[in-house]
Amino acid sequence: MDEATIYTLVFLAWLTGAATFVIGLHLMNSPATARSGNRISAAGMTLAVLATFLWLFTPGNPIHPGGLSPIAIGIIVVGFVIGGGIGLWMARTVAMTAIPQLVSLFNAVGGGAAALVAMDDYIRIASDNSAELSISTAVFVVLGAVIGCVTFSGSLVAAGKLQGWVPGQPIQFPGNRLITALAAVVTAAGLVVLVLSAAGAISLAAGAEIAVLLLIVAAALIFGITMVLPIGGADMPVVISLLNSFTGTAAAMAGFVISNPVLIISGALVGAAGGILTKLMADAMNRSLTNIMVGGFGTGDNGPAGATGAATSGNVREVSVDDAAIQLAYAQRVIIVPGYGLAVAQAQHAVRELGDLLESRGVDVAYAIHPVAGRMPGHMNVLLAEANVPYPQLKEMDEINSEFERADVALVVGANDVTNPAARTNKQSPIYGMPILNVDQAHSIIVIKRSMRPGYAGIDNELYTNPKTGMLFADAREGLNELVAAVKQV
Amino acid sequence: MSPELLSSLAIFLLAILVGFEVISKVPATLHTPLMSGANSIHGIVMVGAMLIAAAADNPLSYVLAFVAMLFGAANVVGGYVVTDRMLQMFRRREPPKPAAGDNEGAGK
Repeated sequence: MDEATIYTLVFLAWLTGAATFVIGLHLMNSPATARSGNRISAAGMTLAVLATFLWLFTPGNPIHPGGLSPIAIGIIVVGFVIGGGIGLWMARTVAMTAIPQLVSLFNAVGGGAAALVAMDDYIRIASDNSAELSISTAVFVVLGAVIGCVTFSGSLVAAGKLQGWVPGQPIQFPGNRLITALAAVVTAAGLVVLVLSAAGAISLAAGAEIAVLLLIVAAALIFGITMVLPIGGADMPVVISLLNSFTGTAAAMAGFVISNPVLIISGALVGAAGGILTKLMADAMNRSLTNIMVGGFGTGDNGPAGATGAATSGNVREVSVDDAAIQLAYAQRVIIVPGYGLAVAQAQHAVRELGDLLESRGVDVAYAIHPVAGRMPGHMNVLLAEANVPYPQLKEMDEINSEFERADVALVVGANDVTNPAARTNKQSPIYGMPILNVDQAHSIIVIKRSMRPGYAGIDNELYTNPKTGMLFADAREGLNELVAAVKQV
Repeated sequence: MSPELLSSLAIFLLAILVGFEVISKVPATLHTPLMSGANSIHGIVMVGAMLIAAAADNPLSYVLAFVAMLFGAANVVGGYVVTDRMLQMFRRREPPKPAAGDNEGAGK
């Protein structure tokens, strides 16, 4: 086969890969086909990677006409084995509750890889005096490197916040905004300099272009950190989703730099996916993206709306495990409202056990899932599915909200802000307008919660002082286990 | 701009539109797996890492290509495996009465 034929075959393999990504995402529309969708996508990825490797191996390929050098083979194979091995190990061992930070971590390295690919190509061309650097290459390199670097450092900070290595509260220090703005200005100025240089309007000394690129990279890394630090932990899913979209875009930019269609297509796909997801998440929280990016939400210092202390010090009614068990056991309809506290306490199996026990007593049990319950949209579904909660019992907010008024008991486990009626009534509240679960409309309410500590938004929840509400102060898992034991006694 | 670049831009634009269409139909319950799945797809940047590894001819390029390869491989392998692990849990539970030959389509 001649080179042209081989390249055609490789190109077709890339196109097949890109097509499987689209088909795979499409199959993810439904839980029934989602898993095969992911596998089809993985098969396409394998095909694209293998075809690339074989192509590079054949002497006469345009990238390196001699075929792969031993060093290049070493880089590819060793890099794949180590990187893939680490990824495999982490993906296999991570607890389901830690999924969001793992996704953020994988996103970080993906962004880093895209930035490196874009930079490498630029450095090669810039160091080679005979090569011509086009304006478009300069633009794509800078965009790829900047977006990739912002994603890299930003995703690491986001993962750190979710893991608890970086404090979850918004971190604001004097000059934070100034540094962010400065980093943005340096990046933009660097882009202009490199484009002018590529256009021949200015001539930079040898090596100066690379120095400018490195300066841009440093500024982008700083920008990623100072962009995410002031954003509170509650908004992290939206940020991760946005950064996921960024990585896709960075991969597409890297694709433009090295003229590779599969990178362009896949990157654009993911860029669009992350964009849609980000908007859906922000909508679910009734927050505009600008609002989130400005940050500072959840400091616990929300001015008049903070209503600190006064509301909570009032009439909180505590309920004993036995009383709660009797209420649940003799109810007709129970709606369980799981939140992040349940995920943290790894209580998904305990809640399923309670649900099953109640069902076996003839109680109608449903789970009300707020779109942002857990740490990401759908995260709670994953956790409950892991515990084998029957799929039909999981109800989305719009589906279940009208049913609360017919529920005898609403059992809130580790959820807080998404049940706060202030979102409907108190215009002063920072969460005003956020869609919430209508837990307060149930005939009676039991809240399993460790303490009266406010949730992520840092505000008090008037649900807890509602006369219908009984507070069961316990860790989610222990409280549920005690409830299971008590219901068995009833 | 070269004709090649122009056609690349056209591909880029169409892929974005395809992404919007494909993704806007996914139910909220699958958003976490979807995010993770999309996350593994941008691991395709590993192909880019392989290309720069093949073209590398100096120590700096070797290092850049190696790190890019490492990152890309972690992204792609970890991403697919963790997505599969999540989706594995979305299997529907067997119906209470184990009716033979009717396990896949069970449960509404």
